Amino acid sequence: MSNTNHSDIIELDVRTDEMLVNMGPQHPSTHGVLRLVLRTDGEVVSEVVPHIGYLHRCAEKIGENLTPRQFVPYTDRMDYLAGMNMNLGWSLAVEKLLNYDLPEKVRHTRVIIAELNRIASHLVGMGTYGLDLGTFSPFLYAFREREKILDLLEWVCGARLTYSYITPGGVTADLPSDWIDKCRQFLDQFEPQIPDYHTLLTTNAIFIKRTAGIGIMSADMAIAYGCSGPVLRGSGVDHDLRRDGEPRYRSMYKGYDFEVIVEKNGSYPNDQVYPAVPEEAILGDCWHRFYVRMLEVIQAIKLIRQGMDFYQEASGDWGTPIKLSAKLPQGETYLETECPRGQMGFYVVSDGGDSIPRRARARSSCFSNLSVVEELCRGGLIADIPAIVGSLDIVMGEIDR
Amino acid sequence: MIDEVFVHKLKQRFGDKISGVNLQNVDPWIEVVPASVVDVCRYLKEEPQIAFDYLNSICVVDYCETDPKKAAKAKWEPHIEVVYHVSSIRHKTTGVLKVMLPRWKDDVEGRIPELPSVASVWRTADWHEREAYDLSGVLFVGHQNLRRILCPEDWVGHPLRKDYEMPLEYHGIRGR
Repeated sequence: MSNTNHSDIIELDVRTDEMLVNMGPQHPSTHGVLRLVLRTDGEVVSEVVPHIGYLHRCAEKIGENLTPRQFVPYTDRMDYLAGMNMNLGWSLAVEKLLNYDLPEKVRHTRVIIAELNRIASHLVGMGTYGLDLGTFSPFLYAFREREKILDLLEWVCGARLTYSYITPGGVTADLPSDWIDKCRQFLDQFEPQIPDYHTLLTTNAIFIKRTAGIGIMSADMAIAYGCSGPVLRGSGVDHDLRRDGEPRYRSMYKGYDFEVIVEKNGSYPNDQVYPAVPEEAILGDCWHRFYVRMLEVIQAIKLIRQGMDFYQEASGDWGTPIKLSAKLPQGETYLETECPRGQMGFYVVSDGGDSIPRRARARSSCFSNLSVVEELCRGGLIADIPAIVGSLDIVMGEIDR
Repeated sequence: MIDEVFVHKLKQRFGDKISGVNLQNVDPWIEVVPASVVDVCRYLKEEPQIAFDYLNSICVVDYCETDPKKAAKAKWEPHIEVVYHVSSIRHKTTGVLKVMLPRWKDDVEGRIPELPSVASVWRTADWHEREAYDLSGVLFVGHQNLRRILCPEDWVGHPLRKDYEMPLEYHGIRGR
């Protein structure tokens, strides 16, 4: 007999012997390189063991052999869907160690670029989540808009995925002259299309059936497992490093007006413009994690609009990237930023007098977010596994070391 | 968060178990003796005024110099530091804890040092300790499932050690 909680839906006569089933590493719902070993009894999963380590690109080891600026392109490859945010985290950590102050213009440039990349990342998260659950159209809609963001990012730095644009000391170049106007045009065109995504997924009856009440993670559980980002806020924990982080990062968003997306006593979303929470949904389930991302896109648009206004009034230039061989002072520092998938932390240790750090550590959000899968999937159905794993929006490059 | 008042309070409770403090670093840190790491961590998590309920990261730094010329100039003896980055969701504060370990247990090369596991305090430490064991070679005593997490289970050595040498081959695959 299984220890399942689904005894009411699984009839006794369909119970079988326990079976070990491999899901992945090449299964689309396991995002490329994740292997899940499931112990199943009929349709019910009694145990899930995730196996990671299929990429293993030695990022931290490389970081101990390169100077901080040389390491920037390697941070792109960690969360390859949000390369700008990875650049930002590493740059801020190095600048913190160097006690480096930046011109005002750099601050706003970074906010605009990081939030633009957040939208692009959430669009992939949303689109591929549809794929995980068997629907293809949202994926196409999401990628259509993401391409336009990539065009904007390519215009800024020449790359569409591995940007290396935000760098210790500033950014590698100023925003091109017409860039702001094009970005405004994109936002004006993109914002009215968001209700389409809600029609396709958020309020879709099949989507709600597949996600609402599935994979429920309590707030305590999310904190205990070190979850962060939309996964943490989807469980109702009001924590966002853009507002609650350490001063060097928080000050980047000083003067900006935005809301941290989290359900507070049923007032979610606050403006009631977007669909209300369906009756079947329970706080901390897959539906809530998805919805947090959808609403965060709106906040990111708001931040970019403010950032562009601030940028046009700001003084200073686009910063002076530190020299490739700049010496690092003795000391060590840790800094976390709020990336699309959660809190990404970089730890830099320097012996002093050298330009190469003794230790370059990357703490990724997906690593912790994935560790919760074992508990979240236990007792569920096989069909729920893609829904649960997809709702965590993992990128394996980030879990890798 | 870690300031003189915090350190004084901690020293009053744990005395010699707090073996060092550095308030001058960019991120101030406290040093704990290896045997007491679980007690101190549990206190830091459960004390309402501190409430470090969130473990951000466990990281290992290897202080070893393979170049004899550089080793002679180094200002430290070879050792390993296990660094815990923690934070409080409630109070919006952060802290750093450190534990110093010898590079090899009983100075026998190949015998990795031991440290009590804090997976019972923060569940996320489970995977973080597996990673630290796998890549840096620290044996977390009391961990329920201390297996390699990124390298294959039959992999030899710990890649993030400074004196690690890449194997010549692995299952017939050329390494160097």
